[in-house]
Amino acid sequence: MKTIRYLLKNQLALTGVILLVFFIAIGSLAPVITHREPYQITPYQMPRSGFWQMPRPPSSEHPLGTTQGQYDIYYGLVWGTRTAFKIGLGVVAVGAAIGVVIGSIAAFYGGIVDELLMRVVDVFMSFPFLIAAMVLTTILGKGLYQMMIALTSFGWMGYARLIRSEILHIKEMDYVQAARACGAGDLRLIRKHILPNSLFPVLVQATMNTGSMVLAASALSFLGLGTQVGYADWGQLIALARNWIMGKGGNPFAFWYTLVYPGVAIFLFVLAWNLVGDALRDILDPRMRGKRV
Amino acid sequence: MLTYVVRRLLFLPVVLFALSLMIFSMMMLLSPTQRVAVYAPDAGFMKGGAEFIKDQIELYGLDDPFVIQYGRWIGNLFRGNLGWAESYSMPVGQALMDLFPATAELGLLAMLPIVLGAIWFGTKAATHHNEPIDHYIRVFTILGWSFPTFVFALLVLMIFYGWLDWFPAGRLSHWATMEVASGAFHSYTGMNILDAILNGNGRILLDALRHLVLPVITLAYVWWAGMVRIMRSSMLETLRQDYVTTARAKGLAERVVENRHARRNALLPVTTIAGIIVAQLMGGLVITETIFDYHGLGQFAARAAQNLDFPAVLGFALYFAVILVFVNLIVDLLYAYLDPRVKLG
Repeated sequence: MKTIRYLLKNQLALTGVILLVFFIAIGSLAPVITHREPYQITPYQMPRSGFWQMPRPPSSEHPLGTTQGQYDIYYGLVWGTRTAFKIGLGVVAVGAAIGVVIGSIAAFYGGIVDELLMRVVDVFMSFPFLIAAMVLTTILGKGLYQMMIALTSFGWMGYARLIRSEILHIKEMDYVQAARACGAGDLRLIRKHILPNSLFPVLVQATMNTGSMVLAASALSFLGLGTQVGYADWGQLIALARNWIMGKGGNPFAFWYTLVYPGVAIFLFVLAWNLVGDALRDILDPRMRGKRV
Repeated sequence: MLTYVVRRLLFLPVVLFALSLMIFSMMMLLSPTQRVAVYAPDAGFMKGGAEFIKDQIELYGLDDPFVIQYGRWIGNLFRGNLGWAESYSMPVGQALMDLFPATAELGLLAMLPIVLGAIWFGTKAATHHNEPIDHYIRVFTILGWSFPTFVFALLVLMIFYGWLDWFPAGRLSHWATMEVASGAFHSYTGMNILDAILNGNGRILLDALRHLVLPVITLAYVWWAGMVRIMRSSMLETLRQDYVTTARAKGLAERVVENRHARRNALLPVTTIAGIIVAQLMGGLVITETIFDYHGLGQFAARAAQNLDFPAVLGFALYFAVILVFVNLIVDLLYAYLDPRVKLG
């Protein structure tokens, strides 16, 4: 109830939720709102009407036009929504899980274990994220799952640091001491008192990162390191648009639809997650409660 | 302070060792046939046929145990041998050295508007907390934060190059490239702007600047967002401190309170993330340089990765990781120097 009232008061957060619901609807309705050609082995492979390089403008057959290689932009956008959710949620969920486990171990055991794990985190962090992901994707090869593995491998450290500092902070809180004094065992303390309270910041961080991961993945696809050619993926659609931004015959905007539609899709998707993450932080941070409209 | 510096410097080799181990482990995911290229001394090397390559794998012991191979690789690194970059037809070390000034020039120029803009907008938003201007800045940063670099870059290229033809892509116009390469133009640093000033050549300076406008705008717009957010929250936090209230209570003008008392302290967290920004900027540079056909390290890395040119990619990764380790060290020291409350030891 409180959340609903907050949403109604906060237009930015409401926009985020509406956008997210919209994308979920598109993603789940993908088989219904697109037409699958019989020759498609998987629905994630975009259908193409011919092999002509030059994009074609929107028509009744292709509502948003076709991009380089006659891939249907509308189809790519709709199924690309599923790809985006797969990447965003998959990478963040696994990354956060790894980070939480490592950060918790470091915080609970302290001492040499803590020191060692945190130095490992430092080393991973001294590698710029996009570059590291780029290197690993180069080595693992093209493909959605290879890309997700690469993004996860270098995307867990933030959570580890966050949960570690949260746990160290909460461990010293009075209510934990009180629970301990009441005779609660280690496991019960961790399970009932420490972990639930330290997980919220991780949740906020994860929400904000979901958008960033989709951005990073589409950047990799754009560089030609992401998904296989023809895979329904927003980054790939933009990569296909790249050769056509100069237009033709003196009209630089002749092929605007190849860039603008997928660009808007990525932008709105990332925006949705950022707005929701921002709102979550407001709701969960008691210092901010009721301060912002 | 001194003990801290010494400790950090002593720890440096450990970090570098761990980094090299990580990069090497990634390389070991490749098959020996793919890895033999690292040992290639020149362009003709890889054209020897399957039998030859097998011999070379034998010769360089690419099927040896991990530790032995790692030792050999590190040995090569110390001798300055990073392997052969097939996609640039030159040794990796050479390519990195040649391209570094271009990227440094672009990166440093982009840092300027990012940092100054972030400080200004962040302060504005915080001092006008919850007023319309704060909301506009907040919306602006969230929009910027969600905007993919490559879409933004392609859009500005479409408008300012394709349509208006104000700012071209590339690093220099053709005539300028010829002039820079000629004997009359002395290359001091490899950074065009600096060299042009040192040579007193205004035409080259203008041309270099014209080519830098779009990449700098692209990098700046996307990174403003993140920096403004940090500056805003840091400034908000500082404005809540007791000493700010004290300063106000003793009747100081709001301007003085904001500029002298609050902003200086609010800048501290911004310093800490400068290291992170350098790292992130590099990721942005890969995309920006690729789109604007700017011949620098970012384009080198992207092209090498697309061509599966492993020695070049790994060499770049190692090179950049080392730079980053040093940047972080400098930032930490700077932070301690700026904030007397931080006691290092």
